[in-house]
Amino acid sequence: MRKSAADRFRHLFNRSLILLRHRHHHHPFPSSSSLSPFSRSRFFSSTPFSMASDSPFPVTAQNINPKVLKCEYAVRGEVVTLAQNLQKDLQANPGSHPFDESLGQQPITFFREVLALCDHPAILDKSETQGLFSTDAIQRAWQIVDQIPGRATGAYSHSQGVKGLRDTIAAGIEERDGFPANPDDIFMTDGASPAVHNMMQLLIRSENDGILCPIPQYPLYSASIDLHGGFLVPYYLDEATGWGLEIPELKKQLEAAKSKGINVRALVVINPGNPTGQVLGEENQRDIVEFCKQEGLVLLADEVYQENVYVPEKKFHSFKKVSRSMGYGENDITLVSFQSVSKGYHGECGKRGGYMEVTGFSAEVREQIYKVASVNLCSNISGQILASLVMSPPKVGDESYESFNAEKENILESLARRAKTLEDAFNKLEGVTCNKAEGAMYLFPQIRLSQKAIKAAGDANTAPDNFYCKRLLNATGVVVVPGSGFGQVPGTWHFRCTILPPEEKIPAIVTRLTEFHEKFMDEFRD
Amino acid sequence: MPPKPLDYGSINENVKKSQYAVRGELYLRASELQKEGKKIIFTNVGNPHALGQKPLSFPRQVVALCQAPFLLDDPNVGLLFPADAIARAKHYLSLTSGGLGAYSDSRGLPGVRKEVAEFILRRDGYPTDPELIYLTDGASKGVMQILNTIIRGQDDGILPVPQYPLYSATIALLGGTLVPYYLEETANWGLDVNELRQSVEQARFKGITVKAMVIINPGNPTGQCLSEANLREVLQFCYQENLALLGDEVYQTNIYQDERPFISSRKVLMDLGPPISKEVQLISFHSVSKGYYGECGQRGGYFEMTNIPPETVDEIYKVASISLSPNVPAQIFMGVMLHPPQPGDISYDKFVRESTGILESLRRRARLMTDGFNSCRNVVCNFTEGAMYSFPQIRLPPRALEAAKQAAKVPDVFYCLKLLEATGISTVPGSGFGQREGVFHLRTTILPDEEDMPAIMDSFKKFNDEFMEQYEDNRGYSRL
Repeated sequence: MRKSAADRFRHLFNRSLILLRHRHHHHPFPSSSSLSPFSRSRFFSSTPFSMASDSPFPVTAQNINPKVLKCEYAVRGEVVTLAQNLQKDLQANPGSHPFDESLGQQPITFFREVLALCDHPAILDKSETQGLFSTDAIQRAWQIVDQIPGRATGAYSHSQGVKGLRDTIAAGIEERDGFPANPDDIFMTDGASPAVHNMMQLLIRSENDGILCPIPQYPLYSASIDLHGGFLVPYYLDEATGWGLEIPELKKQLEAAKSKGINVRALVVINPGNPTGQVLGEENQRDIVEFCKQEGLVLLADEVYQENVYVPEKKFHSFKKVSRSMGYGENDITLVSFQSVSKGYHGECGKRGGYMEVTGFSAEVREQIYKVASVNLCSNISGQILASLVMSPPKVGDESYESFNAEKENILESLARRAKTLEDAFNKLEGVTCNKAEGAMYLFPQIRLSQKAIKAAGDANTAPDNFYCKRLLNATGVVVVPGSGFGQVPGTWHFRCTILPPEEKIPAIVTRLTEFHEKFMDEFRD
Repeated sequence: MPPKPLDYGSINENVKKSQYAVRGELYLRASELQKEGKKIIFTNVGNPHALGQKPLSFPRQVVALCQAPFLLDDPNVGLLFPADAIARAKHYLSLTSGGLGAYSDSRGLPGVRKEVAEFILRRDGYPTDPELIYLTDGASKGVMQILNTIIRGQDDGILPVPQYPLYSATIALLGGTLVPYYLEETANWGLDVNELRQSVEQARFKGITVKAMVIINPGNPTGQCLSEANLREVLQFCYQENLALLGDEVYQTNIYQDERPFISSRKVLMDLGPPISKEVQLISFHSVSKGYYGECGQRGGYFEMTNIPPETVDEIYKVASISLSPNVPAQIFMGVMLHPPQPGDISYDKFVRESTGILESLRRRARLMTDGFNSCRNVVCNFTEGAMYSFPQIRLPPRALEAAKQAAKVPDVFYCLKLLEATGISTVPGSGFGQREGVFHLRTTILPDEEDMPAIMDSFKKFNDEFMEQYEDNRGYSRL
């Protein structure tokens, strides 16, 4: 029986855990599995592939959708659950642990002004409102509310999103890229993640349909492929060259998959990268576009970090711009570009706003995409409004421009400084090397663990990087995600850390981290 | 030239099979006509604000303040916002860690889930665990998550009531099998357990494993409110037949008669006592989109799990976590909805005025519309006891059926398209929801403004009676 994408994935990258698999008949890779407060052990006796005899209940873990069982999502996995429990502890007993926690980025004022006014349009024409809100925020709110039929911000919208807001976004894309964008190509979703799921659903017909994904990757992709019963075809980013994406590697993996009878349907590229933080060079992007065109692959471009670039020598170029500037249009390449309000300088994760721009496919397929979108009726309106603001922020000359730009620059410059500080701190640690974060919000240092540490992990029935991360959490309160959740070259260990802790807290975090690391290295010296 | 991955022939067949009439052919045609300048009355979706219902003031004030917390520091904020809204906003902000812009727990903010649990306790008299309550981006997402967990493949059957096509569409998308059963139109859309039993047996005979049953109470599109006795029967049936029960209760505050007030499936289950109360696996859904809130665009909902084993709950949590978190503003809407202003609060009077105003008007419109349809030739309409829809039966004469065939349209689609072209009234044909062979309906909402209702019903009557005039020839009609 063909293995699940996640199983294969883990097998490739954690060969040293074969030991564990023989020792226990449990689920083999506990490191990237989720452990919740509810279950004593997640590792009950049936494997994902066996259909145990029906229990007295209709819905049991033995007879639920096996694709659900197979999929993994480390970003909210075991370590994070542990952290949440510690947090509860701290709330109940302040001081029970040697740390506290919160990240504290401030939202962009102009955006929140507009959103508040759209949430409560009844106050738009009151004179008192002018005393509390900036003039251009009121103007923008009026403009938006007028684009919504009946000014009803509480009504379901068109299933692709309010037309006027899509017009704004299309205009924003055009301004960013210098090439036209069609509002009818835009599908607004509750965050970028549901849009990714929609595409996976469309593309994956069976376990013989493969999707090329970068390793390391943001585990939404592996989880989504598993949920839809497809096959993840990995391509390795090269750590030695700053996580470079090499076309020969793509070609190699594509051929290998084809020879196994896999129909490779699409290529996922995350740019800037998550967890790896690299920003692709334009020439590299052209090669990728060419590759997709020649091989007939859909290019799925995850561009949610497009505003997070921290190095002067790199710039974000959308794949849409790159393809169009190569002279490739609708008939040449099928491209899906994902954007979100969760990242950038706005960081509005909780709003669940995002969209995908789908170009280069037939009208009939567009109908199908629309149909699936319509079953959920529409995405949340507030998120739609925010997405339009993100793609069309205050301009020079607007009343709010100065303060908006100051807030934005402040956040981005701070992110760049934090990226550098943490990168330097990691590189100072014994046995740790860390590539520069050119963009996005993460660092993905490699840590060389001793044999003793690896053995201790095995004894604790957990992957070595997970072992390190749990120890780190318990000692310092710092929550990171083990590299095995993202994929890594077998025998190497990483963890993903965000660059988001408040700047003034970073020195303390670095100190705690360094102390812990030194102790850990000493404890497990071979 | 090899087919490309997104060519029509290459995409997931389940996507192609899945249908969702509520935004299907009629809606698309209506949208086209609207672009051409025709005035359209959209009664195809339970979308109150689109038809002029105003949002309630209090929740909008609270959420606006949460969106822009810097307002709370402004000395003039009291000029625009009442003190209790300000206090409530501060309360909800304190439940977040980072305000509205931060991902919450994948299950929703613990503080809000606690409020949901408190609401359920007040409503039913039985305590519930906030850990088993998951907030979602609309109830629809919750339904999809649960169905995805239950359906393994083609052999797994689900038993939706003539039904809101979210269920049939999702079952098709997931590659499951729909096991239909019919409500009894002549008995006010009553639910007959013998009918259920027959459907299940037939399905099993075909090799289908029937896993779960869905009830929508109050019903959509049918509007009936289930009696306590009926609910007990359904639960006992699920217990005997080993089915999980999905209780779609999003219309629980839309009740337009007094004989059968809303009673939750969970309450009835708990009242039945052990062993059944400890064994039937129940998932209950609620939303901020309906009731008197009508906040469809916020995408706020929750599901509550009863008697689901911890390992399964873990898996459901895992899948929820892939989408990180439900949107935070809607979570606050949910909290406010379930915890409205109380007597003595500054905003109480206004809140009561606004909410009862809406509910009383809905009750009047339910009556107006039912009576209006019943006054039309060849139209029979059960009373809308609850929810937001009217589902009249249209008895189409044989010549109309022929004309539909000529036009290559399903008969009720044919009728509804003609209705749309003639009057601008955009409805959803009954075939989108499921109906008995040879019996035709359309679904409309009771949401158009009360002032506009008489004119709309007149317009419909004029069209219908002319249509019947045109196609009747005394040979007999389509009916049961």
